[in-house]
Amino acid sequence: MKISIASGKGGTGKTTLATNLAYLLSQKSSVILADLDVEEPNSGFFIKGKEIQEKKVFKMIPEWDKEKCILCGNCQRVCKFNAVIKLWEEVLVFNQLCHSCYACSELCPQNALPMKSYEVGKITEFEQNNLHFVEGKLNVGEEQAVPLIKETIDFTNHNYSSDILRIFDAPPGTSCPVIEATKDADYIILITEPTPFGLHDMKLAVEVMRELKKDFGVVINRYGIGNDDAIKYCEDEKIPLLGKIPNMKKAAEAYAKGELLSEVLPEIRNAFESIIENLRTWDVLL
Amino acid sequence: MKEIVVISGKGGTGKTSITAAFAMLAGTRAVIADCDVDAADMHLLLQPDFAHSEDFYSGFKAEINQELCTKCGKCKQVCRFDAVHEIDNLYSIINLDCEGCGYCAEICPVKAIQMVEQNVGKWYISKIKNNAQMVHARLGIGADNSGKLVAKVKKEAKNIAQEASKDFILVDGSPGIGCPVVSSLSGADYVIIVTEPTLPGFHDMQRVFELIQNFHLSAGCIINKYDVNEAISEKIKSFCKKNSIDIISYFPYDETFTQAMTQGKTIVEFDDGNLKKILVDSWKKIKLLTD
Repeated sequence: MKISIASGKGGTGKTTLATNLAYLLSQKSSVILADLDVEEPNSGFFIKGKEIQEKKVFKMIPEWDKEKCILCGNCQRVCKFNAVIKLWEEVLVFNQLCHSCYACSELCPQNALPMKSYEVGKITEFEQNNLHFVEGKLNVGEEQAVPLIKETIDFTNHNYSSDILRIFDAPPGTSCPVIEATKDADYIILITEPTPFGLHDMKLAVEVMRELKKDFGVVINRYGIGNDDAIKYCEDEKIPLLGKIPNMKKAAEAYAKGELLSEVLPEIRNAFESIIENLRTWDVLL
Repeated sequence: MKEIVVISGKGGTGKTSITAAFAMLAGTRAVIADCDVDAADMHLLLQPDFAHSEDFYSGFKAEINQELCTKCGKCKQVCRFDAVHEIDNLYSIINLDCEGCGYCAEICPVKAIQMVEQNVGKWYISKIKNNAQMVHARLGIGADNSGKLVAKVKKEAKNIAQEASKDFILVDGSPGIGCPVVSSLSGADYVIIVTEPTLPGFHDMQRVFELIQNFHLSAGCIINKYDVNEAISEKIKSFCKKNSIDIISYFPYDETFTQAMTQGKTIVEFDDGNLKKILVDSWKKIKLLTD
């Protein structure tokens, strides 16, 4: 089972939910938590554990071979991403713009653009008892999160047996990184806060999940602020409401220090326990 | 004319609430650009009229013409994104996986594959409730190319600002450090980082600042909810001093932000007390810093 936690709006509690669910579920059996918010991964502040390995992640980009090049310009013509530009006497490659499609390289009549690897980020694996934590982290300056998200998911597939529960901490938004972090999941939990911004962006996220034909449910964080429009929306749309996490300044303070809310605030731990119960009711968890 | 971009690294630090308040304070001297195109929220506070709208086309997807296809399978061989599927000797493109690189179309010996430009969203020019102009957008569901839509929104805002000799372009950016953020930083004059004193907030701010340095831009910082952890607030302050980031202001943890939002108002329309004062002072300071 793969559960991805997404939100639309940023800062609504994706990481809080992902880390606490992973931690509580790992009390009974093995769980893999993968931080797929590779631009700004934060799960690692809440899950400690022993580092098992670190792996650099590369993407393939073309490298111009001046000696072989006849300046025909075919590479620039075939590149749809403006990543290869032919000037008067040279060919420039913009690493960040390259999507690694190999077209310029393999269609070059002179083999003057061989592909080479280029570092875009890293994956680190940690272990804390039954909890296996895998973090993808994009190098600053790299623009494309998608290839690293894919690599991070592949890493969990290669290193762990497929019957272990996986929890993915997805990036915010509704565009390609979110699709990558949710498209292979069996179930999506959308977490929102009961405010106009939270509801507006949750509706966008719901559209995405319906487009992807995913089963999903909603968790409301900071319940008590704002209004009840988000709950009413879920009722009207017949979206399972999996739980409500109460709004408490103490929770914000504990989060600030990197404390796992389930360990320090019993009231909030109960909210997570009841989300787990609801996931069982909906047959998402055994 | 100065282009001021507000970003945060981490999401949910209060970027949009604060930027919308600045928009009200700047009045018609500013053009507003909402560049958080895949989760745009500023319109909920500024109530734009969506007067002018245009479709936005960017990027391509491959399409196979089945009548021309000779089932040679070359497209499937070259596709690095596993976007070409073959079932019962019928080749088709999985749209969600197609990166739009066009390699398959290039290599097809019978030209059976066409690259079709994609409608990935809409952009708008609106008048907002204080009569200022705002350029905003909505990215299609799950679309790529958010960076290009950000660039389009900024370009339109710049055109309007230049034609009408405005003083400011006020840009609300998106969280993260990826393509939409890079796109929103290009051409900026000043960057404001809205952060919060949490370990994730501080970490994400440092990453986004590293990105800002690549652009050689000057930056200022607003610490929201500074009292959630004053020790981390102090660390953020030291970090700012060390890196010559202007410290613009601090906001306390205050649920008035949410109350104002729930009524569709910016803080300066809703609160007459401390928060409004901090915002007015912050905007004055920003005007001085960018002058």
